[in-house]
Amino acid sequence: MSDELQKPDEEPVDHQDSALVRFLRATEVDTRMLGMIGALLLIWVGFHYYGLIFNDFGAFLTPRNLWNLSVQTSSIAVMATGMVLVIVTRHIDLSAGSLLGVTAMIMGVIQVWILPKYLGLDHPMIWVITVIVGILFGAMIGAFHGFLIAYLGIPAFIVTLGGLLIWRGSAWWVARGETIAPVDSTFALIGGGPYGTIGSTGSWIFGILACIGIIALLISGRRQRIRFRFPLRPMWAEWLIGVVGSALVIGTVMVMNAYPWPKGIIKRHLAANNMEMPEGGLFISHGFAIPVLVAISVGIFMTFLTTRTRFGRYVFAIGGNPEAAELAGINTKRMTMMIFALMGALVGISAVIASARLNSATNALGQLDELYVIAAAVIGGTSFAGGIGTIYGAMLGALVMQSLQSGMVLVGFDSAVQQIVVGCVLVLAVWLDTLYRKKSA
Amino acid sequence: MVENNSSSAPLVEMSDISIAFGGIKAVDHACVDLFPGEVVGLLGHNGAGKSTLIKILSGAYLRDTGEIKVNGQVAQITNPRDAKAYGIETIYQTLALADNLDAAANLFLGRELRTRWGTLDDSAMESEARKVMGRLNPRFEKFKDPVKALSGGQRQSVAIARAILFNARILIMDEPTAALGPEETAQVAELILQLKKDGIGIFLISHDIEDVFELADRVIVMKNGQIVGAAKTSDVTKDEVLGMIIAGKCPEAATPGPGAIKI
Repeated sequence: MSDELQKPDEEPVDHQDSALVRFLRATEVDTRMLGMIGALLLIWVGFHYYGLIFNDFGAFLTPRNLWNLSVQTSSIAVMATGMVLVIVTRHIDLSAGSLLGVTAMIMGVIQVWILPKYLGLDHPMIWVITVIVGILFGAMIGAFHGFLIAYLGIPAFIVTLGGLLIWRGSAWWVARGETIAPVDSTFALIGGGPYGTIGSTGSWIFGILACIGIIALLISGRRQRIRFRFPLRPMWAEWLIGVVGSALVIGTVMVMNAYPWPKGIIKRHLAANNMEMPEGGLFISHGFAIPVLVAISVGIFMTFLTTRTRFGRYVFAIGGNPEAAELAGINTKRMTMMIFALMGALVGISAVIASARLNSATNALGQLDELYVIAAAVIGGTSFAGGIGTIYGAMLGALVMQSLQSGMVLVGFDSAVQQIVVGCVLVLAVWLDTLYRKKSA
Repeated sequence: MVENNSSSAPLVEMSDISIAFGGIKAVDHACVDLFPGEVVGLLGHNGAGKSTLIKILSGAYLRDTGEIKVNGQVAQITNPRDAKAYGIETIYQTLALADNLDAAANLFLGRELRTRWGTLDDSAMESEARKVMGRLNPRFEKFKDPVKALSGGQRQSVAIARAILFNARILIMDEPTAALGPEETAQVAELILQLKKDGIGIFLISHDIEDVFELADRVIVMKNGQIVGAAKTSDVTKDEVLGMIIAGKCPEAATPGPGAIKI
């Protein structure tokens, strides 16, 4: 609890503020983020106890469910990071789900029908080429949407509404409605599943690296502030953030590692390696699934892009005041095209995850995803008025949406009720957000 | 237009500039010039074409005809970036600030300082912002807040700071004191005189004829997109200039333009 390092020019503490306000100011924690974490915990605990009371079994707060939840969230979370930029610049993308569908179909055709002919089945390059083609295809279509919006002046709503129909139709045309399965075996790992994980040791290494990352960020942030004589966070707040952050990471690693491979898979695995089942069974941890790592990487990359680069700065400037951005010499048309191209590339990544997880490409893949993606971004604090939104918020928003969805499935709500609840939550969340903004403005 | 104003070449020469929006000639064959260390007041009613003319110089609008010379060289100005490359900075009437970004981000918008890895150097930008704002508005403290949270005067000083941060040689000020109180207006006047001393040429667009007479060396009056006339402020009275603005009547001491009524 040492305050010696505080600079004398720091704002005087107003003693009339409550302890909570002072705490929030010292730690510089976003109150909106706290609210979202609170909502998330409420959903998790709520569904768990609902299950416990009405079904005699609380299925939500189990390693198995939380692991599944992490995998299910990945695809939406990846797209939501791109949707933030689209909505921040006052546009919308309604075509994400359809674009995901057609991209998955094209990747399916490439890896199942075309590449094996030339490279042979299970060639190690098949998944690489497929993923690259998928991401490039998504980026191309996105850039095309962006071109229509920026250079021809067609509203994004209309362009992507057209895209919603066109790409869903195209997804059918790619293979005349056939389902393409199974996908390349390496490609399938990107979707998760027992083999598509990094195991216990890998997860611990990942977790420790993440903790080191958190501490390094805190230290470099503090050094920068000292260098430029900016007000510092009190030392106890730095420690608190470091400890809580690391504890969250380690807790997540432990949960992911607590979910073992199912017995059947372990038997098959042992049989394939000519090994005997040891006495008392074998516990093989899942650990982090590959799609989760993909989503986290995308999240880190997108956070870096939005907060540390010119591109990100311009995105927010355009969202705040398009005319001012133009007058400041920003090529807003080119930016719009690049933002949609980026969105398309992210849809490509999500298409990889979604089709790999399903181990097949179907023309219905990604249906209604655009709505979940938009909902995730908006629940995560992205404002339709433009200029406001965060990547971590959208990813948390995706987790909230997916938690609701999976929770309702677990406790046995039928799909009609699920839709009604999701719809209500979305409207409610935006209303609360409006109140929050009015109050904080 | 005005002879022997200075022995040096004009800093800016805009000749025969025209631009039309949907058949309406917003600027009609206008010629203006500006010399180093000179303040030229651009006067006229709302819709007289002052702002439009100046937006052509700052690259916000693309002219239909005419030529712009900077330091005697023909300048290719097709967008705001080009204009800035020629050292032309503009303080817009609307301020043109991104309300959701903080002061430093606005000051450096489009010209961000970057670290050696190519990422934004926010600390350095904030530090520079503190320096320049300290000069303009020493009491300014809200560096972390989005400009939305600032008062009218503070926002104005951010817009002004942005224009002088990059060593402008030509400064366009479109109603720079519109949102300011008397004290801040005096600060801006002082700043203009200081910039003038540094040899910067300033176009001052204003409704306030008092302001213009106090600060400008020359006035150029526009009406219906045309130049009524130009005169040294020492050669004409306020009433004569008002006559130019309202009736388009050019006094003897002024050089008439195409917009002057024929007597």
